[in-house]
Amino acid sequence: MFFSFFNQYASEILNKSAEHLVLVTIAMTVAIAIGIPLGILITRKPQFAPAILGIANALQTIPSLAIFGFLISVPFLGGIGKTPAIVALTVYALLPLIRNTYIGIQNIDPAIREAGKGMGMTDWQLLVQVELPLASSVILAGIRVATVISVGIATIAAAIGGGGLGVFIFRGISTVNNQLILAGAIPAALIALSADFGLGLIEKQLTQKTAVNPRFNRRLAIALGIVTAIIISAITFSFQSTAQTIIIGSKNFTEQVILGELLAQQIETQTKLKVDRRFSLGGTFICHEAVKSGQISGYVEYTGTAFTAVLKQNPISDPQVVYNQVKQEYAKEFNLEVMPSLGFNNTFAITIRGDDAKRLNLKTISQAAQYTSQWQAGFGYEFLERADGYVGLAKAYGLKFDKPPQQMEIGLMYQALAQKKVDLIAGNSTDGLIPVLNLFILEDDKNYFPPYQAVPIFNQATLQKYPQVRDAIAQLSGLISNEEMQKMNYQVDNQSRPAEIVVREWLKSKSKI
Amino acid sequence: MSQTPNITVEFQDVNFQVSRRDLVSRLNLSIYQGEALVLLGRSGSGKTTTLKLINRLLLPTTGQILVGDRLTTKWNEIELRRNIGYVIQETGLFPHFNVRQNIGLVPSLQKWSKHQIETRVYEMLGLVGLEPEIFSQRYPHQLSGGQRQRVGVARALAADPPILLMDEPFGALDPITRLELQQQFRALQRQLGKTVVFVTHDIQEAFFLGTRIGLMDKGELVVLGTKEEFLRSPHPEAQAFIACLHPLE
Repeated sequence: MFFSFFNQYASEILNKSAEHLVLVTIAMTVAIAIGIPLGILITRKPQFAPAILGIANALQTIPSLAIFGFLISVPFLGGIGKTPAIVALTVYALLPLIRNTYIGIQNIDPAIREAGKGMGMTDWQLLVQVELPLASSVILAGIRVATVISVGIATIAAAIGGGGLGVFIFRGISTVNNQLILAGAIPAALIALSADFGLGLIEKQLTQKTAVNPRFNRRLAIALGIVTAIIISAITFSFQSTAQTIIIGSKNFTEQVILGELLAQQIETQTKLKVDRRFSLGGTFICHEAVKSGQISGYVEYTGTAFTAVLKQNPISDPQVVYNQVKQEYAKEFNLEVMPSLGFNNTFAITIRGDDAKRLNLKTISQAAQYTSQWQAGFGYEFLERADGYVGLAKAYGLKFDKPPQQMEIGLMYQALAQKKVDLIAGNSTDGLIPVLNLFILEDDKNYFPPYQAVPIFNQATLQKYPQVRDAIAQLSGLISNEEMQKMNYQVDNQSRPAEIVVREWLKSKSKI
Repeated sequence: MSQTPNITVEFQDVNFQVSRRDLVSRLNLSIYQGEALVLLGRSGSGKTTTLKLINRLLLPTTGQILVGDRLTTKWNEIELRRNIGYVIQETGLFPHFNVRQNIGLVPSLQKWSKHQIETRVYEMLGLVGLEPEIFSQRYPHQLSGGQRQRVGVARALAADPPILLMDEPFGALDPITRLELQQQFRALQRQLGKTVVFVTHDIQEAFFLGTRIGLMDKGELVVLGTKEEFLRSPHPEAQAFIACLHPLE
């Protein structure tokens, strides 16, 4: 079974590994170009050393996910995609580079510097002929550390659409598929190890006190030349102007990946356009910013989410009203086109174990409200943060929990509920695991949650450029029922079938009708 | 009739202050071509500071220093230093250069041809008593302390500078090696006719190597003269040093 997995994903693994390498290489190059000169600068002007080292240190302590998130709203260098990913990686590589350059040079015996200066070496000659060669092994150790850190952090780039091996990891997390996670983690670890090993060889050569072996130098030069050639071609290949490409994004849970795949395949089969998939992006807001700025062409949103979380309106329950308002406001404020609903309503499902529902005879949320104080709740971070989420729900039903709700990844919630690690979750009504794990959805008897119809949202400029996309997507309107969505979710989640195959089969079945 | 020898280095009313402390005060000193002037004094007496004022590693707070009739401030400092040999106690050889590269440093900075440098390095090694075939490819960590300092001297002489500054160069060596190097160096200096300014706190070394001895005390030059004149000096600091000549009796 492992081999079939490998066969299927081999080319994508290679592709993502190349992307990963590109991210790391560009970031390291920029970081070296900035970091080493800065390190040299503070050996010459030691009054700046505390400030510069302090800033680099502070930057490193910021959690990587936070920097990626922060960069989304920064103009020019930010947004989503490769550029902010490279910016973030560069920032993280700076501290080891600056510090090791500084320390490497400072640790040189001062007598050597004095002798050199006293004999009439200029500062530049001293730097290039004496200080840098003597500090080279320490500087190279810094490069090694920075490279290994970069390879690891680059996995997070996938959360903001930067690609790389993190794509597998995030997809694996959101679809609870360990094989996918490993497909990302193992190659990343291999890349880190080889980079470390290769740089270690160079470091060893430099610390030898005898004359550098000229044969090694030549071999090293050839190897570096080949690696550089590979990397440059990978870079140009990946940055090739993707003129005729539609970029489809998705949020980071299974249904979103399926729907994104649906949009992608629909466009691919009905038009001649190429589709670039940027799935498992960090969440609603990342997708919204991305489609607004054109970094992605489209993704599937839910009308209720758009209404309350993006447009910040108070929830109302009429689906048609919600849809119309969203369509109007999105066109006016964001230049985004909201297309007709795909047919199902994925509302928040307040879910408990089937056994508990039977035992306590619970059918609605109001009935459950009396027991919640003894329960441990588990919610995704979006549900906790959003106005139409936990806060509003607790108020509407008077829910009280003795222990504060645990924040969890959507993909892990159902298992946690089934395994009694939590007692109540806010899942999605179309999740495939609900019937399979014998879970029970409590009825929203007070109609607290707004409707969440699934609607494709596209960037207007993109649609103007490629009107065939509108036609292709319009064919999907009203095509998916709640049960069909649940079934597709189940196939991917519980049967671990790849989303591409599930969607392909479903599209084929629809075309026969 | 003896000719008045040329003055190669001259200190005129030189003061050197660092954060209000006088490391060198009211220094007036003429150093003549071909002489070996030894600056003698305790630690902190200002002798190393005086040395560094000559090759402009330090600049005077007030007063001026002339090297070869030009003010140190008017010299291009890089050119000045390449015309002055500099030997320090720790030797400061470059560990990643072999002996040949170390000695050939200033010639290569001056863009001598590879062949010229090679020849010169061999010459210098012979001069300091190191077999060129054996030593030119070695690295500093493969040399003994005495050998390292010989290389240091060779390096200082390589570009044939008229002036040599030496800051306690033999201080870190064992007594036997030190005596060897002192003897060899004196012979060398007389042979080459270089002007040498030599800093030490060892009065025996001062007497052995110096044509004149300048005694520094708390930043001031208090005694200046030949060995005989020094022995006759009534200055208490001079007396203190003389007492050190035969201390263990």
